[in-house]
Amino acid sequence: MSRLNIASQTKTEAVLDELYATVLRRMSAGTAVLCPVDMAAAFLRLCHAQSCGKCVPCRVGLGQLGSLLEDVLSGRATMETLELIEKTASAIYATADCAIGHGSAALVLRGLEGFREDYISHIQEGKCSVKCEQGVPCISKCPANVEIPGYVALVAEGRYADAVRLIRKDNPFPSACGYVCEQPCEAKCRRRIVDDAVNIRALKRFAVDNAGAVPPTEVKYPPTGKRIAVVGGGPAGLTAAYFLTIMGHSVEVFEKSNKLGGMLRYGIPRYRLPAEKLDDDINAILATGVKVHYNFEVGKDATLVELKEKFDAVFISIGAHTYKKLRIEGEEGEGVISAIQLLRDIEDGNVPDFSGKTVTVVGGGNVAMDAARSALRCGAKVNIVYRRRQQDMTALPEEIHGTIAEGCNLITLCAPVRIERDESGTVKALVIRPQISGKLDKSGRPTPVDAREPERRVETDIVIAAIGQAIDSNHFGQSSIPLDRDTIMADDASRIYENPGVYAGGDCVTGPATVIRAIAGGKVAAANIDVYLGYHHVISEDIDIPDKKVRNIAPCGRQNMVQRISDIRIRDFCDVELPLTEEEALLEATRCLRCDHYGYGPYWADRRHKW
Amino acid sequence: MVNITIDGRAVSVAEGTSILDAARSIGVDLPTLCYLKGYNDIGACRVCLVEVKGIERLVASCNTAVAEGMDILTNSPRVREARKVNVQLILSQHDSNCATCVRSGSCQLQSVANDLGIFSLDYEKNIPKNNWPMDYPFIRHESKCIKCMRCIQVCSNMQNVGIWDSNSSGSHTTIGVSRGRTIWNSDCTLCGQCITHCPVGALRERDDTDKVFDALADPERITVVQIAPAVRAAWGESLGLSREQATVNRLAAALRKMGFNYIYDTNFTADLTIMEEGREFLDRLQNRDKHNFPMFTSCCPGWIRYIKSHYPDMVDQLSTAKSPQQMFGAVAKDYLAEKLGVDPSRIFSISIMPCTAKKGEAALPTMQYHEDCPDVDVVLTTREVDRMIRAEHINAAALAEEEFDTPMGVGTGAAVIFGATGGVMEAALRSVYYLVEGKNPDADAFENVRGMDGWREAEYTVGGVRVRVAVANGLGNAHKLIEALRKGEVSYDFVEIMACPGGCAGGGGQPITPDTELAEERGKTLYGLDKSAATRFSHENPAVAAFYEYYKDEYHAKRLHKLLHTDHKAWDIPMSPYMKEE
Repeated sequence: MSRLNIASQTKTEAVLDELYATVLRRMSAGTAVLCPVDMAAAFLRLCHAQSCGKCVPCRVGLGQLGSLLEDVLSGRATMETLELIEKTASAIYATADCAIGHGSAALVLRGLEGFREDYISHIQEGKCSVKCEQGVPCISKCPANVEIPGYVALVAEGRYADAVRLIRKDNPFPSACGYVCEQPCEAKCRRRIVDDAVNIRALKRFAVDNAGAVPPTEVKYPPTGKRIAVVGGGPAGLTAAYFLTIMGHSVEVFEKSNKLGGMLRYGIPRYRLPAEKLDDDINAILATGVKVHYNFEVGKDATLVELKEKFDAVFISIGAHTYKKLRIEGEEGEGVISAIQLLRDIEDGNVPDFSGKTVTVVGGGNVAMDAARSALRCGAKVNIVYRRRQQDMTALPEEIHGTIAEGCNLITLCAPVRIERDESGTVKALVIRPQISGKLDKSGRPTPVDAREPERRVETDIVIAAIGQAIDSNHFGQSSIPLDRDTIMADDASRIYENPGVYAGGDCVTGPATVIRAIAGGKVAAANIDVYLGYHHVISEDIDIPDKKVRNIAPCGRQNMVQRISDIRIRDFCDVELPLTEEEALLEATRCLRCDHYGYGPYWADRRHKW
Repeated sequence: MVNITIDGRAVSVAEGTSILDAARSIGVDLPTLCYLKGYNDIGACRVCLVEVKGIERLVASCNTAVAEGMDILTNSPRVREARKVNVQLILSQHDSNCATCVRSGSCQLQSVANDLGIFSLDYEKNIPKNNWPMDYPFIRHESKCIKCMRCIQVCSNMQNVGIWDSNSSGSHTTIGVSRGRTIWNSDCTLCGQCITHCPVGALRERDDTDKVFDALADPERITVVQIAPAVRAAWGESLGLSREQATVNRLAAALRKMGFNYIYDTNFTADLTIMEEGREFLDRLQNRDKHNFPMFTSCCPGWIRYIKSHYPDMVDQLSTAKSPQQMFGAVAKDYLAEKLGVDPSRIFSISIMPCTAKKGEAALPTMQYHEDCPDVDVVLTTREVDRMIRAEHINAAALAEEEFDTPMGVGTGAAVIFGATGGVMEAALRSVYYLVEGKNPDADAFENVRGMDGWREAEYTVGGVRVRVAVANGLGNAHKLIEALRKGEVSYDFVEIMACPGGCAGGGGQPITPDTELAEERGKTLYGLDKSAATRFSHENPAVAAFYEYYKDEYHAKRLHKLLHTDHKAWDIPMSPYMKEE
């Protein structure tokens, strides 16, 4: 026997590793609308199997805890059982020798705190309090509940125009979302259990790119004579306007600038969303008969009170178009601008010339990446300063990768301290202080704290603040609309407390968020305004969705879109992303597991095709 | 057309046909449990599986459409074994004490298991406990539920009520009353369609046969039984009688053999209902400004519960006439008690109904003409009376037909068709015509209100006045009709609504033949009886005339309205939570 051997994996170990990976993927597709106590019991069983068996609390305690949870689930438990669960879990947490044990107990304790009412419901009423809805994962995760498997199936059959029409039933921005949606639908895609999520956005983009001109939706309902004012022509406002118009109401949009689109136009650079694609959506919305007042600022050209008097209902969707200041020394004066301002200037045709200059962007969100890449296209050398780690950035990973690939320098774990200016006031440098990753905050991201390192200087000509947007909601606050700091307080039906007939949605309610959430806000408001006005106009689309195809499911790679070569694409503002080829799109579309037909999908079918 | 091969046989079927329908079209019958055509194709039980050559896993035939070139094996060894495993898994959680189950003989799980030759289980039995209020008009056995979800779909999609919903997830998934309510606190209409569409014995009517056996054995009790129109078209089905054998007079003979003292016909009070409701309708027409239209029929208790819980603002539009069952009950304890010279409390009034909602109706506080003395003491469904006949070991087929007793055993053809959708409307129109025109119409003049469409309409001219009528059957269709009325898309003068598809013929208390809808066939039997009836007009019923004559004097005339009419607002039912939202 040798004194030492190189460890080699046995077949069992290899297969178990493979199973671990499978379970990880599977868990990533897990939904939250399941019985939480049952899930906690299942997690606990898994944790217990990971125990080495050395120590008492872990070896014995986790099993006993499991039996107690099983008692709760099968109606044998009393409130004393709940106390015993708590006592046992606390003891295991306090006494287990290693993380396998105390981590398991922490998981149970977190559940006891987080869904205690469900434990009590099981004990006292013998049933789960959660309305378990194993719907179609992608549809459930899409804030606007777009019928994704339906349009994916239509793409697979080459029926691109029908796919666009089906999307419009829930979302009048198929083109914009085909280019820039953050695709929350993919997060719980059941295909992850097999290999990887379906590339839903790429398929939507393929549909809109290939659909040709899709005739606008017909207004199916007779005119109601009701008038609705929409304040702000961004995605939320235009979505509400679109649906309310096809319901037969008369809608007027009051838009502060001279173009519609809101953040889709002024917040997203054209290299991500070409203007003509955005205009496709907006023209289709306007074709239904929506009236628009451009260069009209509510609060200046008319008051909210006046709108309330003139209209039967008002929808506020003013977005989040001002920016948050860095609040550091030297910020005031030339050479420091906001990301929002840069993007707006470029959209308005005032493209700055940054040739030979260095631009330093502060922030880690999508807007920061947009500002950085736009500055790059204006000729600058670009740094991005961010106080946390790259993985903590809120920007989409592909945006971060695109930004790095294009040549922007990422300076992470550094917080801006002050801006240095020379005697003439010209910006010379951004002084930054190195940070260290601290304790995790509630969102699971580490809080950055000052490191015991000296300050550093980043020489720069221009500083761009991209640490968040704010909402110009003063006028509304003064008009009896309740505000939480600067956000408008609306409930989950988009209503505003004590303001009957006034609704709000989009970034001005959620704070800066995604386009699809804004669209959902507009959709929800449209439905509830319709009911408020005394109607129940049903929105549906008469499209024959292809039946599921019987086929074998073999694991297969996900088809990803690729980007144009970086040193070429930075010379223009044209689309950076290359669409899927037809071959790729067809293959990708057939990867869809058609959860609308399998699993619990058919159970909801009748309840899905209209709203 | 799509060309496929099923068990080696080439077949060509229409595009979109399911594998199941394709197989059945050539006589290959696949077993199913959860599948319910038109309502449930969720593929949950995994029993109708087939093998498609080239496809690795088995395919549910109920919800998979055929595709060109499919080569299908419906009963390969692999299919058979998988099916047996799944049925055994279902059985491992099913209380299969078939000997004590009302559905023994009409249970789809029993027949599927028997057909597959499952005579032992490879799995440990793990049967969930029952938790149901046993005094409710119907009973749910958790221990028998196979979670096929048919009840949910039928209640939501056929009836638009939504009492049932699935609860929890994973291994704890089950069916319960939706929105966390208890059944007593729900707006259940008691229509019983979930019962007749349950593949097993998880849902059944509350069994009230013992109460009747006790009354029959009590010499102090005078048992008076009424037989509803639709019962005569169905009672023989589960006893193995042909439609020709299963006459109402043979049922009367069986009841007499059991010892019932007086055997009467609900047809008598169905005719009475027509007289009351017909006059009420004419009165409303003459005072149009005082009433909202249309007037709705009031004989279906499921419908009454539905309108009260969904459209309480329209309850005034219901006819105030009691249902034939309740008119009968009230009249039996007043008119008959006087005729027999007995105290009403000695009369034990039993009704045989195609309906589970009737159990709820008889228990209403408003249905007691004499204090503390329900007008109808016990309601038996057709299924329960069949069970009593079996319990008494009566060979019904061998009995000679016998007549009803008098005076409440006389009915007309107009009353018989109460049991079919459109029948009340047609019977009412026959008499309304007579009351206005002073002469009889042709008895079949209003036959275009007949049919099986969920929502039908017709227009007639009576006495120079245009009368627009509509008929809906199934509460889902009633919902559509009312929504259209409220939106002003349609307008009618008189509307008949029956909660069950096909009317009482398809009632929730009728015998169950799995996956077979018999309402239309039973309706035909009823229309046949009408056609051959001696008289086909309610106003020509001599017993009804005699009744009105008896109640003419001052003492009786005062009683008449309370005997025959009711206040639909004098009792409460919870609002539908789904209506509150809108």
